[in-house]
Amino acid sequence: MSTATAPHAAGHGHGPESEEPVPYGFIAEFETADDLVAATRKARQEGYTRLDTHTPYPVGESADAIGFPKSEMGVVMFIGGLTGACSGFLMQYWNNSYGYSLNIGGRPYMSWPSFIPITFEMMVLTAALSGLFGLMALCGLPRLHHPLFNSKAFDRATRDRFFLSVEATDPKYNSTTTRDFLKSLTTLTVEEVFE
Amino acid sequence: MATTTEHHPSRSGLPLEPEMHPLVENKHDLVSVGDLIGNVVLNQVHPRGWWIGFLAGFAMLQVLGVAVAWLFYMGVGIWGINVPVAWGFAIINFVWWIGIGHAGTLISAILLLLHQKWRTSINRFSEAMTIFAVMCAGVFPLIHMGRPWFFYWLYPFPNVAGMYPQFRSPLTWDVFAVTTYFTVSLVFWYIGLIPDLAALRDAAPKRWQRIVYGLLSVGWRGSAIHWRRYEKVYLLLGGLSTPLVLSVHTVVSFDFAVSIVPLWHATIFPPFFVAGAIFSGFAMVVALAIPIRKWYKLEDFFTDHHLDICGKVMLATGMLVCYGYFSEFYMAWYGHSLYEWGTTIERVFGPYGWSYWALLFCNLVVPQILWFKWARRSSLWLEIVCISALIGMWFERYVIVITLTRDQVPSSWGRYTPTIWDYATMIGSLGLFFFLFFLFIRYLPMISITEMRELLPRKQGGGGGHSIMENAP
Repeated sequence: MSTATAPHAAGHGHGPESEEPVPYGFIAEFETADDLVAATRKARQEGYTRLDTHTPYPVGESADAIGFPKSEMGVVMFIGGLTGACSGFLMQYWNNSYGYSLNIGGRPYMSWPSFIPITFEMMVLTAALSGLFGLMALCGLPRLHHPLFNSKAFDRATRDRFFLSVEATDPKYNSTTTRDFLKSLTTLTVEEVFE
Repeated sequence: MATTTEHHPSRSGLPLEPEMHPLVENKHDLVSVGDLIGNVVLNQVHPRGWWIGFLAGFAMLQVLGVAVAWLFYMGVGIWGINVPVAWGFAIINFVWWIGIGHAGTLISAILLLLHQKWRTSINRFSEAMTIFAVMCAGVFPLIHMGRPWFFYWLYPFPNVAGMYPQFRSPLTWDVFAVTTYFTVSLVFWYIGLIPDLAALRDAAPKRWQRIVYGLLSVGWRGSAIHWRRYEKVYLLLGGLSTPLVLSVHTVVSFDFAVSIVPLWHATIFPPFFVAGAIFSGFAMVVALAIPIRKWYKLEDFFTDHHLDICGKVMLATGMLVCYGYFSEFYMAWYGHSLYEWGTTIERVFGPYGWSYWALLFCNLVVPQILWFKWARRSSLWLEIVCISALIGMWFERYVIVITLTRDQVPSSWGRYTPTIWDYATMIGSLGLFFFLFFLFIRYLPMISITEMRELLPRKQGGGGGHSIMENAP
């Protein structure tokens, strides 16, 4: 996680499998978001599929360019909120009618208008929590380390640089041709990152 | 979206807000924004103002400790409460603090949905303010309980006694509303913080900072896919928080309005309470921001232009609140209810009449100066108006609660006098707030680095002030 100390700097031997470093992929550095978006589109046209970009602030076009046009979070939070609203309402109805019947001024047990505030609050609560946990789960977070953090240059992904990464799992990945292709896109660093 | 190309001053087809550029002063770029905000946390020696604020808060926090310890030992009899005023300072302070918290959600959620880009430099610390204010608010119902160790009886949970809360009571609604509000505000705040924590992790010079911020940033690496999900969640949380904030203060007002006390049983209460909450909350945001931007030299980000807008919001919400006072008065007169009108006369000219006039002075007279641009752009005047509004809004709740001293039946009339322990608890809650707030300023970025970077013009490396809807399909 602490990248600047770089105890596992790329390529340097550590652990038993250090003989043959496993590549994670290439990262290419760009100066502006527009350069990044243009390069991502080119990489996509070139046939690369396992692409990602890393930017200090969200750049929507780059997500479009790598082929992730729409996130799933709306569905996740909708289902979460609906579950919370239904269970919140049923909880009140069951508890005040069967679990612990309360006659309040002769109102019917199913006095639904007075259950609305808590139903609403439960809906918001569960939708928000499913948003948080859904985000974490889908993004595979939290994690203590990621191969990209092995790169010293990558520190600037949260500062002032825009990175395009091509993962080694890509069918078109090749340590020579991919490097040359990325070099043709940027004048800044192109670096191979290892697991 | 996917079809647009390089130059997009307005990617969504909406015109660029003409006021966008003055929102970040001078020629900043991605690095200078990150450094100016991040250095406050990572490197800067803290100004004398921080120490004064922190130590004052810490000292007042000790008062809270003593007051609560004595309360737990002796019971709520140490307060001035009795029949007919059974809640007293506890509910006054509860409503006051909850109201202050609401401006944070307004700024972070409602203004987000309304494309108000000026919110960016104040949303982070107003959200922090929300969380701390709700914590201060939560203290009061808990310690007022008499047997606070049974606080969890407020929640429905399976128990051997087979008992459950009464869900038709506004007090139970309050428990759910405040709990939800606190949790959702915390989630909203934390999700907003994650990219900034990652930026701090990568910029931190010290090892412990890299470890702590690294753990807190959950391994964020700015991936495009993560960003897309993140923005969607952020937008939806904004959409959820907007009705939530209105519902919370509505439910708080139901605590009063559902009763049959004259002048409490009124349909004006929910909107009246919400407007008052935003009024006092903005007052707290601005009252804190003015000294802090000076101490930390953040005038580039929190500009006079921001003060101007906050002043306008306060003027508008202040006038809404005053309309509420007028409406109460008018309805009491027009309604021909003996009790409503009698209580109104008691409120204005009765034994506690001074508090009503103090309230009118603080909330109606003083804020009128905000009609003038020079006042809205003057730190000193705005600070005076804000403190006046905070005092005025406290008196508003005092006036409402004190209504209980004279209700329909003269035989049940009484008086209410707070004791030194009431004051100690109130001062202590201020201490808790300032203690937490100054710690927050020291250890977390008080302005969103990520959002300030997005706000920068594209030629300076920023996102051209894009709005979150454009990236969050």
